[in-house]
Amino acid sequence: MEIPYTVSNRPDTGLWNAKIGIWLFLASEVMLFGGLFSAYIFLRIDAPPGMWPHGLLNVPVGTMNTAILIMSSVTVVLAWASLKMRKYNAYWWYMLATITCGVIFLTVKLAYEWPQKFDHFGIYIKPEALGKYEQYLGNAYAAEKGLPPRLEITGHLHNRAAQNDPNIKEYEVALDPLNADPTNPEMDRPHFWPRSATEKIATIEKEDVQYATMFLPRHSAYFASYFTITGLHGLHVLGGVLVFIYMWLPVSKRLYQQNPEPWPIASKSAGCFGILSTWSGFLSFRFFICYSP
Amino acid sequence: MNNPPDISQDSKEYEEYAHGIRKHVRGYLMVGALLLVFTGLTVALSYVHFGTQKANIAVAMLVATVKAGLVAAIFMHLAAERRLIYRILIFTGFFVLGMFWLILFAWYDYPIFR
Repeated sequence: MEIPYTVSNRPDTGLWNAKIGIWLFLASEVMLFGGLFSAYIFLRIDAPPGMWPHGLLNVPVGTMNTAILIMSSVTVVLAWASLKMRKYNAYWWYMLATITCGVIFLTVKLAYEWPQKFDHFGIYIKPEALGKYEQYLGNAYAAEKGLPPRLEITGHLHNRAAQNDPNIKEYEVALDPLNADPTNPEMDRPHFWPRSATEKIATIEKEDVQYATMFLPRHSAYFASYFTITGLHGLHVLGGVLVFIYMWLPVSKRLYQQNPEPWPIASKSAGCFGILSTWSGFLSFRFFICYSP
Repeated sequence: MNNPPDISQDSKEYEEYAHGIRKHVRGYLMVGALLLVFTGLTVALSYVHFGTQKANIAVAMLVATVKAGLVAAIFMHLAAERRLIYRILIFTGFFVLGMFWLILFAWYDYPIFR
């Protein structure tokens, strides 16, 4: 059976069905991401002072990943333009470039950015014990400078067994630069280049701890929304990559030679989806990487 | 932009057609470069203090809107599209804003930290 209106316009809408279909789908995607972004925004503005983390993400890597997504949306429109000119070889190369960009993005995210978080430890101190750890928190200094209070000590957990063993009474943490030197004005605001944990080790007694966890979704509303949104976005990139791979494999050449006509439309629809991923990528970038402050 | 009827038959007609597409391609490359510049700008601006946090967010959202607008208009070819597509998007915009409003109402209803 011939599917109608794949390459010719439907008289009543003036459009190919695929085009309406992809835009309706993108509209539903806008609602999906919109719900999550609105949740993020309102969690953020409702966070009590000191309860929203700052400067925990790797800005250069996030910037690079955003640039990779931008390049992939350029290559995918170039692939489309090549098909419009009936240049299958150029299309093949541009698709390969697009797929490579998507794979690099996902690799960086899954093999570098996220694992770095899973290995980073945060300890929220009980309000009554904050004074005891003033040397790591510098709350008197923060109050003087009008900075939000510091309730959390972060760094690299040395005695990992302490997480699950009730017999271990304290955490030993190699402190992040902020907690190692909290009254240094350089630490007032997050830095572009991330700094690794210092050599300075702090011992924090568990009885002074409100709760402590690696940077997992349960760490805070911040990381819960970070992982939900970047995870959903990653799934979109993965979906886009899979569709692009199908449209790039030898089967695509065979189908193209049978009938080149629907291909620009197909590549444009897939491309629009890929570009939407770039777009929601911009927003995650905007909120998480650049709007931690 | 419609699909070509078949473009490879008449060489002169094809040249004209391909020239049109090549002009688009230059535009795509320029927009791509512009997006990279704006991404750098986003990062740089997040380290500048515009007085209040609200001002910072406003500036950043402005840059993000320009970026998203460029992508939608040029890469997704929304600059010249049929009316039905615009209608779909107007509906979407309306409902997304509606969703934000609902959450905003809930927020005013929940007086724990204010």
